[in-house]
Amino acid sequence: MSAKTYDKQNPAFYALLVALVVMAIGPIFMMLTTSLKLNVDITSDTSSLLFMPTLHNYETVLCDYLWYEAPNVDYCDKTFGRALVNSLIIALISTALTLVIGCMAAYAIVRFRFMGRDTVSLTTLMMRMVPPAVLLVPVFGIWTFQFGLDGTRGGIILVYVAMNLPFVIWILQSFIVQVPIQLEEAARMDGAGPFQVFFLVVLPIIKPGLAAASIFTFRVAWNEFLLANALADRNSRTVPVTIVNSLTEYDIDWGVIMATGMLLAIPPIIFTFVASRQIITGMTAGAVKG
Amino acid sequence: MQTANVNRLTPYLFLAPAAIVMGVALLYPVGYMIYASFLDWNPSQRIGEAEFVGLRNYTKLLTDEAFRESFFVTLKFASIVVSLEMLLGVGLALLLDRNIRGMSTLRTLFILPMMIAPIVVGLMWRYMYHPTVGIFNRTLKSWGFEPIPWLSDGSWAFASVIIADVWQWTPFIFILSLAALQSLPQSAMEAARIDGANGWQLIWFVKLPLMMPVLIVTLLLRLIDAFKVLEVILVMTNGGPGLSTEILSLRISRTASEFRELGEAAAMSNYLLILLMILTAAMFLYNKAMEARAARLRAAAEADL
Repeated sequence: MSAKTYDKQNPAFYALLVALVVMAIGPIFMMLTTSLKLNVDITSDTSSLLFMPTLHNYETVLCDYLWYEAPNVDYCDKTFGRALVNSLIIALISTALTLVIGCMAAYAIVRFRFMGRDTVSLTTLMMRMVPPAVLLVPVFGIWTFQFGLDGTRGGIILVYVAMNLPFVIWILQSFIVQVPIQLEEAARMDGAGPFQVFFLVVLPIIKPGLAAASIFTFRVAWNEFLLANALADRNSRTVPVTIVNSLTEYDIDWGVIMATGMLLAIPPIIFTFVASRQIITGMTAGAVKG
Repeated sequence: MQTANVNRLTPYLFLAPAAIVMGVALLYPVGYMIYASFLDWNPSQRIGEAEFVGLRNYTKLLTDEAFRESFFVTLKFASIVVSLEMLLGVGLALLLDRNIRGMSTLRTLFILPMMIAPIVVGLMWRYMYHPTVGIFNRTLKSWGFEPIPWLSDGSWAFASVIIADVWQWTPFIFILSLAALQSLPQSAMEAARIDGANGWQLIWFVKLPLMMPVLIVTLLLRLIDAFKVLEVILVMTNGGPGLSTEILSLRISRTASEFRELGEAAAMSNYLLILLMILTAAMFLYNKAMEARAARLRAAAEADL
């Protein structure tokens, strides 16, 4: 622990802090506890804090992927397990592609003077604001009638890469600017070509930037619903699509749906804990550097 | 930077993959959408079979009560959530900008809401707003109050989706304001303190003005995002009851999938896009102005030396 000294604070200040933390994570905690409850406990009138935690809802959701026979799941619905695999594949591949492609573009914009540089940079900025709802109609039409990509994972990956690129290019620029140019020049002197300089010198230095960019990209690809819903068929559905499909007007199985929500929330929560510093730097780069 | 082994093509080689992907999957669709907005087109037709109707979709929308309503709902939603989030987020940052133990853990906990899928956020809140099993009405009931129709009454539903959005996105403003505050020059603060400024004066006359550039960009970023909100509302109310929470994105997706009017949905998307373009242009111009101002200040400082 550092030898940093802390200012003494008023007890009321700490009370306020506790209240704020409860407000921030209370709903998440509630989702977690509900996912561990049987429906009897969810609907019962008595205190909601005293209950026997059970993994039953998770067993129902993941029935297809359990290494043991879940004793009390009598009907196994394979929808969710399949969606989870789809979500993972789509989010991971699109994140990797976005990073490589975005990084190269950001490097070109920062380090080279070339014709059309301002146009590229402005177009990127403008593309950043295109909301998924606006892409809905054309992407549905083009993917179905022209590219023949509807219902494939590749089709969804392509949209996500395109959607995430503007943001990734934007935040990586502010990281690349900080790479000392002397390092690159030294590598050049040793005879490295521009691609070698990029992959061997620049990329290792901007790792924190890459971490931030990958988390933001993964988050979008993992969480997106609208376009996935328009493009996916039975076999390429992602988790958000399955969740919305299983929501009915009445009579929602809250335990199961909260377990599903929890499974969708876990990867982003883990990322947040592992890389909160990078996430905050990444967000700040977006706003402070403009 | 021009050396022997960098030829003129290199930058274009670096840009090519991004340009191709964005061209194929962003620019082309946007162009396609602009074209589609002039057609009477439904999902069972290929676009070539659709009839060209000129500006009919656009003019029809102007007199369409439901579209006007959702445009209004979107504006109202975006302006209310962004004002609330700015007030709360900046306020929290000013309050928590002190030297306290566990600050980084605190910040991690605060950014959790914005990392969670909007679909899941919608689910959590729909559960909490549930008329019988939800925590709010349970608590009200145990204290002897009447239950509140959180999602089943128009005005309450609108307030409920605002609360959920404020919960998810206040942390965004908070984190950015805190970062801005912590990078303020200490010298300005000390000078003000020596001049006898009290806490409020320090905030009002020193901190806030110095934070302003970051705050404005933050505001614009958040505003642009607030116009794109969809999933949380879709899960919580699906636009209802009536049209009370039907924001533009929902209207677009419903027009496309339920009413099967792709041309009209495209025209609607264009209206939304124009709105967002104005906001983005504002942000871009503001950034340019700030850069120019910084350059002037730098030049003035150098001239002084």
